[in-house]
Amino acid sequence: MRRRWNGVAAWLDHRTGIQTAVRNFLYEEIPASSGWRQVFGSVAIFLFLTQAFTGALLAFNYAPTPGDAYNSLRYILTEVTGGRIVRGLHHWGASMMIVVVVLHMVQVFLYGAYKKPREATWMVGVVLLLVTLTYGLTGYLLPWDNRAYWGTVVATQIAAHAPFAGPYLSRLLGGEEAVGVVTFARFYGLHVLLLPPATLLLIATHVYLVRKHGVAPVPGDEVRPRRQFYPVQVFRDTVAIFIAFAILFILAVAARVPLEQLADPTDTSYTPRPEWYFLFLFQILKMLSGPLEFVGAVVLPTLAVLALVLVPFLDRGEMVKVTRRFVAACVVLLAAVTWTGLTVAAVRGTPPPATGVEIDYSAPTDWMQLSPEEMAGVAYFRQENCISCHAVGGDGNKLGPDLTQTTTHKDAAWMIEHFKHPAVVRPGTSMPPIQLSDRQLNSLAAFLLKLNPSNATALQNAPEFATQGALVYQANQCAVCHMVNGVGMKVGPPLNGLSKRRTRDWVERHFADPQKLSPGSIMPPYKLSPKDLDNLTSYLFALPE
Amino acid sequence: MQTTEVSRRRFYIGSIYAIWAAICAALGLQALVYLFFPPKIRRESDWIDVGDISRLTPNAPVEMTFRRNRVDGWKVISEKSTAWVVRQTDRSVFAFGPQCTHLGCAYHWEDSKSEFICPCHNSIFAVDGRVISGPAPRPLDRYQAKVEGARLLLGRLEQPENRA
Repeated sequence: MRRRWNGVAAWLDHRTGIQTAVRNFLYEEIPASSGWRQVFGSVAIFLFLTQAFTGALLAFNYAPTPGDAYNSLRYILTEVTGGRIVRGLHHWGASMMIVVVVLHMVQVFLYGAYKKPREATWMVGVVLLLVTLTYGLTGYLLPWDNRAYWGTVVATQIAAHAPFAGPYLSRLLGGEEAVGVVTFARFYGLHVLLLPPATLLLIATHVYLVRKHGVAPVPGDEVRPRRQFYPVQVFRDTVAIFIAFAILFILAVAARVPLEQLADPTDTSYTPRPEWYFLFLFQILKMLSGPLEFVGAVVLPTLAVLALVLVPFLDRGEMVKVTRRFVAACVVLLAAVTWTGLTVAAVRGTPPPATGVEIDYSAPTDWMQLSPEEMAGVAYFRQENCISCHAVGGDGNKLGPDLTQTTTHKDAAWMIEHFKHPAVVRPGTSMPPIQLSDRQLNSLAAFLLKLNPSNATALQNAPEFATQGALVYQANQCAVCHMVNGVGMKVGPPLNGLSKRRTRDWVERHFADPQKLSPGSIMPPYKLSPKDLDNLTSYLFALPE
Repeated sequence: MQTTEVSRRRFYIGSIYAIWAAICAALGLQALVYLFFPPKIRRESDWIDVGDISRLTPNAPVEMTFRRNRVDGWKVISEKSTAWVVRQTDRSVFAFGPQCTHLGCAYHWEDSKSEFICPCHNSIFAVDGRVISGPAPRPLDRYQAKVEGARLLLGRLEQPENRA
């Protein structure tokens, strides 16, 4: 068996040279000092390949046009098996990529590994950093939620400010008039068509240059025997890659990546924030407003990139012993402190969302379509703990029947009678009577009639504020004058889309004294407890438009 | 001395293979689940009103057209759909899906022969959907059907084997 395998390998090597090439690659000689600090480059390449893989998987279920993009991503998150994890891997992989690339650069910088003859290796590396950041910038738009849209509006505006190139850049990004279908197509094209092959080419060049000049030695290496790349250094790289992968996988499984509502260009209350690694730039811009904006948006970033590119020429000293590179260490420290300070300031300066309601659209949101009465039914359903005896779709084996199956052949009257006197309607049942008023039982029945196998999980997702808010809504009989989701009267204004018309503060004050804020209104004042007021307002603000 | 060197080398190489196997397995399994497991079902479970069937003559199939919503990935598509509706002599109603069970061609009712005939490969079905001859592997698919008053309501299209 082994002999046959060797025969095949020899044949293949003779025809392609693959075995020799792999040997040359693995048995390359490296300085004796090489160790754990040199693993970051390999981890970065691994993360890039993982991004390419998960990106392709996402593309199999993704429609790259605005609107459809959002819906298809929601489809991936809420319906495709394992879709949430694939998206998580891609999302967190992007962040980890930035971290690892920066760590790689810091290591090279501290050890002076960019010095002669490795200047070109460093400069290609800086280009790779910029490419990595461009991935982040273009990928940010692709979910097409509010966050993505408004973040990109700001980014394209900044690009338009660049001297000379500004108008052209803005035309290239399709953001001349407004961020729309053209911008989306350009960003998508960059993200999946142009950047990946460019990255591969740059990585190949980078690795070629590393091989050409060899791994940078440290003082003392010249008197020690050189070692081979394989297996010890490959082992270190592999362990580092495994640690990175483990962190990535845990993040993808455990950390929820939120999805906001569909991009809304008319939303005037939205405060855009970039991804965390761009927050420092954002903060600089914020601090340098007015005439200095140009400095923050264009001059400083350009200077920073130039300085990075020119590092090998700015520092031409011979010193590469890491413990003696005091200035380099100070530069890294200063950069780290500045970056952290700016990022913390930006995070601190982020206001809570204006509506005070955060809805996670990466989970099913069928609950939004329920009428207040049905929503109150959800509250009673939870309060009475119906789930302890009844299955709701899927996993059965409970004492009572699956409630998603009952609605097809029962009506509200039967249900209410059954709630009140289970034993009369169903002799021999072990279900206890439900101690609720007729109106409350009506709500419960209304909810159960809406229940079917496909929306069952969604209804379990209804947030607490919505069910509690609906209880307040029902208790105060708001439906006598107002309409929600097509249910209720039209004496007062319909309440869907309230968050677009009024601020949260206005709505809360309006409950206490309607006439003061809308003169001539016939709405009576409502004295609600702070908690009820909060839940009710949140509920109303969460209603679909 | 020599043996510890060899066993250490073996440990490094073994670990490299094991770790890469674990990473590839994790990513590969994830991809398989993602690509091959069916998405969670989002059914449009509502019954669709197809029309009045009070005037149908028994055992004379009629092609009825209706619009139905179909979930297609992340979209719900409203599309035109047809069914061959037959009122049986016992007043129960069958509604057959419009595609031959062989390779999906559209078939039609041949009045003179009282048979459904698929022109593609000459599959022939009886008025109750049974295969009479030809390559069709199973009887015609049926919609879940119920009659309310004079109206016919259709549900999902099912294969005869799956019907309880």
